[in-house]
Parts: sequence; C-alpha cells; structure tokens
Amino acid sequence: MNELPLTILLASVLATAAPLIIATLGETITEKAGVINLSLDGSLLLSAMIAFMVGFETGSFTLGFAAAAVTGAAIALLVGWFGIYLGQLQVAVGFALTLMCKDLAYFLGNPYSRLQGPQLISWKIPGLSEVPFFGPVLFQQPLPVYLGLLLIPAVWWYFYRTGRGLELRAVGENPEACYTRGIDPRRKQILYTIIGGALVGLAGAAFSLGIKPGWGRPQGIEGIGWIALAIVIFGGWHPIRVALGAFLFAFLQVFGIVLQGIWTGIPAQVFQMAPFPLMILALVLINLLQYKGVQRWLDDKPGLALLVDKLRGAPPRALGKTFHPD
Amino acid sequence: MNREFPMARLGRHLTDTLLILVIVTVFTGLLLLLIGASPTEALSHLISGSFGSWSKLSRVLNVWIPLTLCSVGLVYAFRSGLWNIGVEGQMVLGAIGTAGVLRMGLESGHPLLLLCLALIAGALLGASWALFAGWLKIRGGVHEIFAGLGLNFVAMGLVLWLIFGPWKRPGIASMSGTEPFPRDLWFPTLEGWRVSPFALTLVIILILATAWILNRSRFGLNLKAVGHNPRAVVLFGLSSQRYMLIAILISGALAGLAGGVQVSGVYHRLIPAISSGYGYLGLLVVMLAGFRLAPIPFIALFFAALNVGSIQLPMMMQLDSSLSGVIQGACVLSALLVFGIRHLRKGGAPD
Repeated sequence: MNELPLTILLASVLATAAPLIIATLGETITEKAGVINLSLDGSLLLSAMIAFMVGFETGSFTLGFAAAAVTGAAIALLVGWFGIYLGQLQVAVGFALTLMCKDLAYFLGNPYSRLQGPQLISWKIPGLSEVPFFGPVLFQQPLPVYLGLLLIPAVWWYFYRTGRGLELRAVGENPEACYTRGIDPRRKQILYTIIGGALVGLAGAAFSLGIKPGWGRPQGIEGIGWIALAIVIFGGWHPIRVALGAFLFAFLQVFGIVLQGIWTGIPAQVFQMAPFPLMILALVLINLLQYKGVQRWLDDKPGLALLVDKLRGAPPRALGKTFHPD
Repeated sequence: MNREFPMARLGRHLTDTLLILVIVTVFTGLLLLLIGASPTEALSHLISGSFGSWSKLSRVLNVWIPLTLCSVGLVYAFRSGLWNIGVEGQMVLGAIGTAGVLRMGLESGHPLLLLCLALIAGALLGASWALFAGWLKIRGGVHEIFAGLGLNFVAMGLVLWLIFGPWKRPGIASMSGTEPFPRDLWFPTLEGWRVSPFALTLVIILILATAWILNRSRFGLNLKAVGHNPRAVVLFGLSSQRYMLIAILISGALAGLAGGVQVSGVYHRLIPAISSGYGYLGLLVVMLAGFRLAPIPFIALFFAALNVGSIQLPMMMQLDSSLSGVIQGACVLSALLVFGIRHLRKGGAPD
C-alpha cells in the first residue's frame, strides 16, 4: 500500500464530513422540535442540483448557496405544512418527497449534466494555515467546512444555553404543556422544520459546488440523505454526538477508498454500501444498552457505565406526532 | 367514526381522484412549460409509448406484475402498522434466490418444475430478508425504516458481489449482469407477447386471495386490530409482535416473488438494477391508494404505463425519463393534499 500522508487523510475526512455535519445538524434541529423530515435524500439532491444550476448560470457562489437553502427550506415547509396543519403522516409526506425531489433533480438538471461549473477552492486562513500539521488539516479548507465546524457549538449553545432553545426542546418533548404556557407548538415546529431544511439545502450546495463538484445522473451523493437520518438517531439527537457520528462516517468513507486500493477484486459499489450494515449494528448496540441486564452488568464498572451513559439518547417524545390544539 | 353509505363513499373517492388528476395535470403542465417543452407533445408520447401497440402494452404489463405484487404485499405490512421500506431489498433477494435455483438446475431436464421451485426459493428468500428487518425492529429496537433501508443497500451490495464474483460471466464480468438463462428456462409466453399469462393469472389470484384474507378472515381482522387499535389487542389477548412478523413475512414473500418474476420472466438473468425501484414505487402506489387494496391494481397500471411511456422521452423530446417519477410523486403529494384538506374541513381532529 502506498503511504498516504496523515494530513491529507485527515483533511479529506474533514472535508467529507462537512456537508454531512450541516445536513445532520439541520435534521437534528427539526427532529428536536418534534418533526421528522424524511425527505433528506431527495432534498439534498434537488438542492445540490439547484445550487449547481444557479452557480453555473450566474457564476456566483452566494446565489448558488442561497438558492439551495431556499430549496431545502421549501421542501421542509411542505413536510411541515402537510404534517402539522393537514394532519398527514410526516413519514409518508417525507418519503413521497424523497422520491419526487430525486426525480425532479434528474429531470430539471438534465441540461446541466457533466458540465464544467464553478467549484469552491480552499480558503486559507492567514497565519493559522501555516501552522504545521494543524494548518493543512484545519485551516486550508473550502468554506462549508468552516461553516460545519462552527455550526456544532452554535447549535449546542442554542439548544442548551438559550431560552428559545429550551422552548424548542420543550415543543419536541411536550407540546401540550407548551400550549398551556402560551407557546404555539405548531408555529415553533414549522419554523424549526424550515430552518433545518435550509441547512439541508446548504449541505446539498456544499456537495455540488465543493466536495463532489458538478452535476450528473447519478451525482454520487445518492443514499447520503438516508445515512444522515441514521446519524441523527445514532447521535441521540445531541448536536455534538451527531457531529461525531458524521465524522465517524466520513472516516469510514475515506478509509473505504484506501481499502479499495488494497482489495482490488471487490467492486467499488460493495464498499459504498459498507456504512449501512455498520449503521444497523450501531443502532442495535445502542438499543441493547437500554436493557436491564446490561444495566446490571454495568453497575460495577463505573468507567464503562459513564461511557454508555454518554452514548444513550432518547428521541424527543413528540417526534413524528402531530399536535392538535384542543 | 360515523358510517357512510357505499354510494356516498364511492362518490367521495371519485371526486378525490378527479381533484388529484387536475392538480397533477396542472403541475406537470406548468413544469414542462417552465423548461420550454410542449405538455401536449409529452402527453402524446407518454400515451403512445405505453398503450400505442400490443408489444408496448405487454411491456406495461411486465412492469405491472412486479409492481402489483410489491404493493399488495405492502398492504399486509401497513395493516400491522409497519413501514416495510425494505421491500426493495426483499425483491432483490427474491431475484437472487430465483437465479440461484435456476443456475443449480441448468441440466435438470425439467424446466417447468425448476421454474416453480425457483420462484418458491425467491419468495422464501424475500420473506427471510423481511423477517430479518422485522426481527431487528422487535428484538433490536431498530426502527423498521432504517433496518429495511440498511438491508436494501446490503442486498444491492450482495447482487453486485455475485455478478462480479461467483456468478460472473465467463470471460468478463460487467454491469450487464450474469450469463442469460437458456430459452427453456424463460417464463412461457404466448406468441408475439412478452408477458407471461401464467404470471398474470398468479397476480390476479393473489389479489383476490388478499382481498379475502384482509377483509373476511379472522387473521385479517386481527391484523387490522394490531395496527390500528392497541386496546383491542390487549382485550383479545393478541400478540402484536407475532402479527407484525407474519405481516412483514408475507410482504417480503410477495416482494421476493416479484424479484423472481423479474429474473425468470423479464431479464432472464441477474442484473444490478434487478428491482428497477419497483419496491419504492410500490410504497407510493399504496399511499396513493390510501392504504386500501381495491385501487392498487389500477394505480399500479397507471404507474407502470408512466414508467414505460417515459422511456422514449429522451429520444423524442430530449427530456429525462425521470418525468415519470416526478408525475408519480406529484400524484401522491396531491393525494395527501386532498386528504389533508378533507381532514381540515372535518375540524382537524385526529383520526
């Protein structure tokens, strides 16, 4: 095996993780408020296509990212409106939108297929990018990487250190109680669904304008949306653990490419599906931790128990359920 | 819930259908105008491409058969309250099972017997893949959407591994799939038709059987209770987990059968895209049907016609064939919109 420099490996893990972090944190915000937006796989693709189309036509990255954010927000608005106000199953709306947005992206993006378009270049932070090792890994990255990294503490701070964040979590846990306290849960829910969707849109733009530049059928990010949804569960709806899950997945993906060079007999597609069984395994493990027997076994192992405690996460109690004000 | 007269209900379904069609037509028309294509031209290509000739109609039926099988199976899963999104992977496993048995028995000399065995193997393998998802849900606590989805991708990897590994074509392995089976192992068809009357009959029998099982048998009623009335489950001492597992098992068996039909009746070999996305499409069919059995054969026929009709769009109009998927998605969304507005007008109370 040819030695890959550690810095390049780590830098590409970070770059691969960035759009995933933005998307998973967006979905975390949505789900924390009690709404499940299942449409991620389709919204990522459609917003990636729109970002590329707008970027190609106008040559402006800002407009490309903005259009993608609006696309993601509009899809989320549909999920929220159908789910919260029209009383339809959020999962059903989300799934239908997943398939439809994917096909819509291929249909509208057809003329933009395989074109050479704008691509974000790395943005070196003056001074910091010269630091040995950390410089090339952390401070010579395209803009979405910085956005993703800054978003992690920002979302955490909003959730757990602000009054509005408390309201957000309360709406996802107990909308009835919020209603009696004078908060309209439905307005909060649709607001955070739209914000989460806008972030998912930005993630799509980060793919087509930066990490996986260009547009085509297939674009190469098919299936990522489903992984993002699983990472939110894996991270127990906690922004920092969700981000760690995204890093873990990015690491697996980059590592898979390295492995592919070693086992050349196995087709590339087999490696691409490797994260999925791992995802199931991780979800099973996390669930196993809830069992009483496991708990008792852990009782005399304080260090391990603490670790398990950090891994556990319960879904927002009102997740996917529609609130009715009567 | 107050009872409705059958005629009133039929009238309501008819208005709904009409409304959905109007919304979808307007939406698709605007979309085509937006990109500068003629809606009438696209429509005429869609119609002539699907019902324009006997050979095209038989192609539509070849899509209708697996799509209906998946959708009918999904009704069982939905009745028990399960989202069997893994139907896609169950179809793939069915295709693997069928192809495997056909490969083993190439020299057996009993082609018809072998075909039947191969289909049964497909159904069994599809059912076991579904059972795995159900087991992960009940014992592992993994939501069936993620268990099913993960297993779909695993099934995809399995097919690719088989095509490029143990089952590769002599000479060169490629995305075109495995070596085609000899003609006597193809599903028998009538002269000039690509569709097998045997498969058609099988699907119709399965639809009728499902109608009886779901609405008339004790099993069907219990299944409904498990999915929609948790209190009745306690009252009658039913095991909801057992009913869920049986429901997803049936769902997987029918999807596996659909995969087997794809191998033995349509492609005559195993290809990477053997499921053609009919599992996911089946979920849309069932949603559009309002989770009821009766409209499924008709919606599946409509969707199958869209799929086949859109094939010639790239050549004739330089449009991507994914227009069919956009229309199908728009149908489901407008259906949800129409159901939702009805729900609002009833006062927005939970069902």
